[in-house]
Amino acid sequence: MPLCERIVALVFALVLLLAGAASAGAQGNAQAFEAALAGFTKDSYNDTDKAISAVAASGNPRSLEVIEALQDGRLLFGGDKVFIKDKAGAIVEAATGKPVEGSPPDNLKPVRLINRLRRSVEAALGGLTLMSSDAGKRYEAAQAVFKSREASALPTLDAALAKESDARVKRALTEARAAVILFKPDSAEADRLLAIAVIKDRADQDARGLLAGLPAGQPAAVQKAAADAIASIDNRLALWNMVQNAWYGLSLGSVLLLAAIGLAITFGVMGVINMAHGEMVMLGAYTTFVVQEVIRARNPALFDYSLFIAVPLAFLVAGFVGILIERSIIRFLYGRPLETLLATWGLSLILQQAVRTYFGPTNKDVGNPSWMSGAFELGGITITYNRMWIIVFTLAVFVALLGLLRFTRLGLEMRAVTQNRQMAASMGIRTARIDALTFGLGSGIAGIAGVALSQIDNVSPNLGQGYIIDSFMVVVFGGVGNLWGTLVAAFSLGIANKFLEPFAGAVLGKIAILVFIILFIQKRPRGLFALKGRAVEA
Amino acid sequence: MRYSNGMTRRALMATAGLAFGLAAAWPAKAQDTIKVGILHSLSGTMAISETTLKDVMLMLIDEQNKKGGLLGKKLEAVVVDPASNWPLFAEKARELITKDKVAAVFGCWTSVSRKSVLPVFKELNNILFYPVQYEGEESERNVFYTGAAPNQQAIPAVDYLAKEEKVQRWVLAGTDYVYPRTTNKILEAYLKSKGVKPEDIMINYTPFGHSDWQTIVADIKKFGSAGKKTAVVSTINGDANVPFYKELGNQGISAKDIPVVAFSVGEEELAGIDTKPLLGHLAAWNYFESIDTPANKEFTAKWKAYTKNPKRVSNDPMEAHVIGFAMWVKAVEKVKSTDPDKVIDALPGIEAPNLTGGISKMLPNHHITKPVFIGEVRGDGQFDVVWKTEGLVPGDAWSKELEGSRDLVGDWVDKKCGNWNTKTNKCGS
Repeated sequence: MPLCERIVALVFALVLLLAGAASAGAQGNAQAFEAALAGFTKDSYNDTDKAISAVAASGNPRSLEVIEALQDGRLLFGGDKVFIKDKAGAIVEAATGKPVEGSPPDNLKPVRLINRLRRSVEAALGGLTLMSSDAGKRYEAAQAVFKSREASALPTLDAALAKESDARVKRALTEARAAVILFKPDSAEADRLLAIAVIKDRADQDARGLLAGLPAGQPAAVQKAAADAIASIDNRLALWNMVQNAWYGLSLGSVLLLAAIGLAITFGVMGVINMAHGEMVMLGAYTTFVVQEVIRARNPALFDYSLFIAVPLAFLVAGFVGILIERSIIRFLYGRPLETLLATWGLSLILQQAVRTYFGPTNKDVGNPSWMSGAFELGGITITYNRMWIIVFTLAVFVALLGLLRFTRLGLEMRAVTQNRQMAASMGIRTARIDALTFGLGSGIAGIAGVALSQIDNVSPNLGQGYIIDSFMVVVFGGVGNLWGTLVAAFSLGIANKFLEPFAGAVLGKIAILVFIILFIQKRPRGLFALKGRAVEA
Repeated sequence: MRYSNGMTRRALMATAGLAFGLAAAWPAKAQDTIKVGILHSLSGTMAISETTLKDVMLMLIDEQNKKGGLLGKKLEAVVVDPASNWPLFAEKARELITKDKVAAVFGCWTSVSRKSVLPVFKELNNILFYPVQYEGEESERNVFYTGAAPNQQAIPAVDYLAKEEKVQRWVLAGTDYVYPRTTNKILEAYLKSKGVKPEDIMINYTPFGHSDWQTIVADIKKFGSAGKKTAVVSTINGDANVPFYKELGNQGISAKDIPVVAFSVGEEELAGIDTKPLLGHLAAWNYFESIDTPANKEFTAKWKAYTKNPKRVSNDPMEAHVIGFAMWVKAVEKVKSTDPDKVIDALPGIEAPNLTGGISKMLPNHHITKPVFIGEVRGDGQFDVVWKTEGLVPGDAWSKELEGSRDLVGDWVDKKCGNWNTKTNKCGS
């Protein structure tokens, strides 16, 4: 018997050694750690909260793994034991990291988190990963401490600062230390003033929030320094605010341009009042959905390229439907704008209901590829990747279209037919074919727009409806028949809208823009860039 | 035309006789079934939400018929499509009542559609069960409100945020129409009565289907950097929600920093989107699909089997129809008639189990008692209930927070009045 026990103890010690926990204090430490872990089994938010701080404070080498598992929802409990599901899916005991003896108990439930607890987890992780070997993790940890301002993290922060070599992380650590000192009740006035100076240099909204939220009862000098720092940050942010509005305007303008550019061909160049334009956009978006569904089912690794596959397909699908519409309906209605309007309006309803019947009325989940999600900071503004890429994409489409009209035979024939149909026909151009191709081109481009818009808007049967009015607005404002006019109109409307929005509100801003366009059209019925010449009169 | 010989005349008489017989047979056949009208948009913008409610009604009627129908007759669903077109709602309601002679109607989603059918139900004296959370300030004799009034959704949600998340600064963001405007008016009055300063409340309205949220999200971020815990109370409707949450996620605002509590985002709305950026954001409802009760388990299983879709989710307005339908059936059984006057008088006081383990009761103001749950969005598009009210909350037709509506009560049992003024003791404000 004693021998048996001794062997067990030996094995136990060996395991501890392997786990890297064989330091002197580990034994007593492990008990505290296990007691702390027990808090996770209560399924009560308050107990979980206590357990998080206890585990973080235990100093046990496994605490980081436990907290990380908790954050990812991999910390499970069943009965009075806590387990971790490791990245490979195997269940191990949280206290020891050993695989579970025998089969793991059934009905294991993940430890539940709510926002309050997620903040605790983040703060705990911040404290635990300050000394991590990965610079990225240290940076995140510093940011987490900056937010949580845990006074207990101060010694670790000082230690981390002393050996930090990465400039970016060092800066973040200094800021985090300043935040902790500012919120520690017993720090000296001089230290506080230094801390305010550090945070003032950070000069972003988080810094402002931190200073504005200083606890009451600060010495007068500290209060004044904080108020000055806030004023200086506000000044800087106000400047950046202008830049931000301009950027948002560009972004909105690019979306307007993207939606309108196909219409600039069908309505602007051909003169067809195409109310079904929005539905071409919608078809493009649904093509993206179908492409992503196929990729998800067949080859998820390709997901990041889904948009590249969707763009040509959307062009073909929408272009084909466009040609079909032109051949079967619109060609009989040339020169009869009212009938065209009614026919295409009816068509748009039919297309919407067809999609609704086939795909269902609910929104479809079109995912953002990884390179289109998230944001980066540029000075004082946040630039989101999806908006940035949409601007780039829009300009590329615009340039490509311009090139097509200017440098290809098809473009030449299109311009010839729209400028003087009889003359073009007598030169041997098959005008009916060109009509179909032009309409197909306009529709195809609308389809491409749908791919981009699926990244920022809902993919539902109503997608197109939201863009049709805006598209007509842009084309009419820019001057019918002029691509450059469409470009200028889209960006000026976008920017004007975004500068109005902060003080007029979204609803009034939109009304103001519409009123402006009504007045403008009174003065210049042909829009910004009117085409001149006889062809226009015809 | 001349009828010269007897043959023709006899044939004519036979035809007339047949026609008469047929005409006599029609009402006889109609009496074999009790017709129930379903007035939900199956096309147009609201189809996304309302189609489900039509399906759940068909399932409930089907189930009741399997149990032997009602008063010994089969129920027959009459489905019409008002196509998200508000005036068409009134027309279709009239058609249901006068042409199809339905005993009761289950329908409408938006407040404007309810307001549009209201005169029809009053004029033709029929019953409407309205299953959606709404702005309150209404109690009509012909309407039974099975969705939440503001005190059954908005106010508990704000209480939760103030207590559990220690929120001190509030963004009230909504779509620009009657429900968000009234709800925000009530919330603003409530927050001010709790000592929140006017500069700590930001109110923002956007048009229907708004998709460019960059400026507003940046504003919210700025508003949130005043050193006080900030939360967004969202009455943003329908499709505008997805781009809103996407923009929040992209600009790096997580629920840990600025949580959003939504009153119009449920399981059905989340079914179409990637919920990872929404993790931890909140919704307040009277029902969540994830609530673990035997009644709910049974219901969701039945629903999935009925729709033959194992991924089909259930949501709050569906539960409202379940309760409303059960109450109507009980009331009809109680008075042994489908006569609207008798059923209207019988409904207050009727109790029916809800799917979350309680018993809901129809009140004299034609609203019902409901529990209130706050749920956090999970990774799989479902909600984790983080808080619930102690018992069931009775619905207030008239908000206690607003000047002018504070003194009004709806009481169709004693006072026979939807807006009885308790100060002047008169009907009407």
